[in-house]
Amino acid sequence: MSFFSFVARRLASTVVVLLGLSMVIFVIARIMPGDPARMAVGMMAPHWVVDRLRAQMHLDQSLPVQYAYWLRDAVHGDFGISLVTQRPVISDIIEFFPASLELVLCAGLLAALGGIGLGVLSARRKDTWVDGVVRVFSYTGVVTPSFVFAILFVLLFGWVLHLFPVIGRLSESMTPPPVVTGLMTVDSLLAGRLDAFVDALHHLVLPALALAMGSIAQESRITRASMADNLGKDYIISARALGVSERVVMGRLLLKPSLIPTVSILGLDIASLFSIAFLVELIFNWPGIARYGLSAMLHKDLNAISAVILVLGAVFALVNIVVDLVVAGLDPRIRLAASKGR
Amino acid sequence: MSQGASAGREATISFDPGRMRELERASRRENLGRAWYKFSRNPLSVAGLAVVAAVILLAVFARYATPYPRDAGAFVDFAHAKLAPSVHHVFGTDQIGRDILTRVVFGLRSSLLMAVLVLVLVVPPGVFLGLLAGYFRGTWVDVVIMRVTDVFLAVPPLILALAVASVLQPSLWHGMMAVSLMWWPWYTRLVYGLTSQLRNESFVAAAEVNGASLWHILFREILPNTVSSVLTKMSLDVAWVIIIGSMLSFVGLGVQPPEPSLGSMVADGARYLPDQWWIAVFPALAIVVVVMGFNLLGDGIRDLFASEQG
Repeated sequence: MSFFSFVARRLASTVVVLLGLSMVIFVIARIMPGDPARMAVGMMAPHWVVDRLRAQMHLDQSLPVQYAYWLRDAVHGDFGISLVTQRPVISDIIEFFPASLELVLCAGLLAALGGIGLGVLSARRKDTWVDGVVRVFSYTGVVTPSFVFAILFVLLFGWVLHLFPVIGRLSESMTPPPVVTGLMTVDSLLAGRLDAFVDALHHLVLPALALAMGSIAQESRITRASMADNLGKDYIISARALGVSERVVMGRLLLKPSLIPTVSILGLDIASLFSIAFLVELIFNWPGIARYGLSAMLHKDLNAISAVILVLGAVFALVNIVVDLVVAGLDPRIRLAASKGR
Repeated sequence: MSQGASAGREATISFDPGRMRELERASRRENLGRAWYKFSRNPLSVAGLAVVAAVILLAVFARYATPYPRDAGAFVDFAHAKLAPSVHHVFGTDQIGRDILTRVVFGLRSSLLMAVLVLVLVVPPGVFLGLLAGYFRGTWVDVVIMRVTDVFLAVPPLILALAVASVLQPSLWHGMMAVSLMWWPWYTRLVYGLTSQLRNESFVAAAEVNGASLWHILFREILPNTVSSVLTKMSLDVAWVIIIGSMLSFVGLGVQPPEPSLGSMVADGARYLPDQWWIAVFPALAIVVVVMGFNLLGDGIRDLFASEQG
């Protein structure tokens, strides 16, 4: 299958999945006890106001009709007004999403570098004390919830060692650079503000690391296992027998095929980093979409909850498509197929 | 394969049923003994089993195993608030004077309860749908079931679970229902993959030719061959459900106070860091230990089945 028809087919199936997801979300939002119109105007509003709003929100019609109206608006980017911020949900999302994206990308980068680095180190020093330390670390990392890491880091690096700031994206004394992309580090570079860039990066390190810990542990386990697996294969043994230098064997012949499972899992991990961000952003007071979504959940702000879930679903699907492309690039044997066959 | 063996067995059973049953029991005992021997060769698996057994015992007998059972509820004793760990309070006391060891044990209890109930709710329908979709691979049954799992897997389970838990009133039961709603597709996927391979095996064809009912083929021919994979996944999933449950209660969408839960204890205790470190640290450690225990045990079970098949 060619590149373009692969991407087109996957995008089409993504649309179908998102439609299904929107139905699930719609049903979830409607099973909530209580009248959305009454909640929007408050307990003191007179009956006729509630009734008029109910007609405006199409709440007087059947569920499928309500869904059709809701979907029509959602496709146009209109998710209604957020109860928490009293602004259109879509402008909240546009404001908060880049902060999460920056955090998750940075965590993904740490997970890739740290995980692959540790995994390779562990595989090359197999059955030595280095390997032992890395393996204990990975096991602990996999079983420790991210919020425990986050609290630990805040305590250790923030309050005891005073190495990193633990709240927000930028110091309060710093004027933020003009918003272009919404990514604080990129915006400061675009504005030529090196001081803001360093400060933003300084704020980014700790939450990104807390977010990435589980993935680093996971990736290093997978990289180690797959390198150890491939190490016994015939082509490596014959390459060594032919006197190919150890650097070429390790770096070129062994590493590339061993990274395939790592990249596949990394893709899933990057997507699930958005969900773990719900906890990490809370702890670091990071103004991203996850913290926005969480406060929406705590306040039962249904418009905002629906929008956040749909946006994250779309992101999740896109990341998966990209990962499949990267894996196909790493392994010429893998054909691009519209659905993942078993 | 299994069909041929059981046919042979039936012939002998009619010959001397008592003797046959005895032999069968003996061989089952022998198999169990061999499995235990293999399992016990790995000290990590045994350690996992020990942790899990200890946690289960503590959770079941929490009322008798803890020094201050009344502290599991809304008990207040400001005279003994924020006491550091000592002989009387091994893990110290929290901000309103409750014994943390007691609350950790009761927290473990609700974590375990949640994990067990989620699996009980999730595995039967998940496995059943996987069997159906796999057996009818390529038909509309397959398409409908697997597209629905795609929808539920389109967002990481934690996010949808948070959303569902928030829309319902947050509580242990609703949190459990929310997690269950997000968890079944994993079992459907797993069993779907296995079933769509198994249905091409000759013993399934033999049953079909003999006129066996759909029910018989799904549950007597195919299901037994998926049990080892499902059990392995379940043993590893206990750990995941415990983590997700602690995340729910950490953000306040799980078990509600005064009911103790490990996640909300960490969240409460975090406000008293670093001076009263014990309030947050011991519940956090408890999560790590119990999750590690289930993971090690799960790995042990996986190795057991893997070497059996390979």
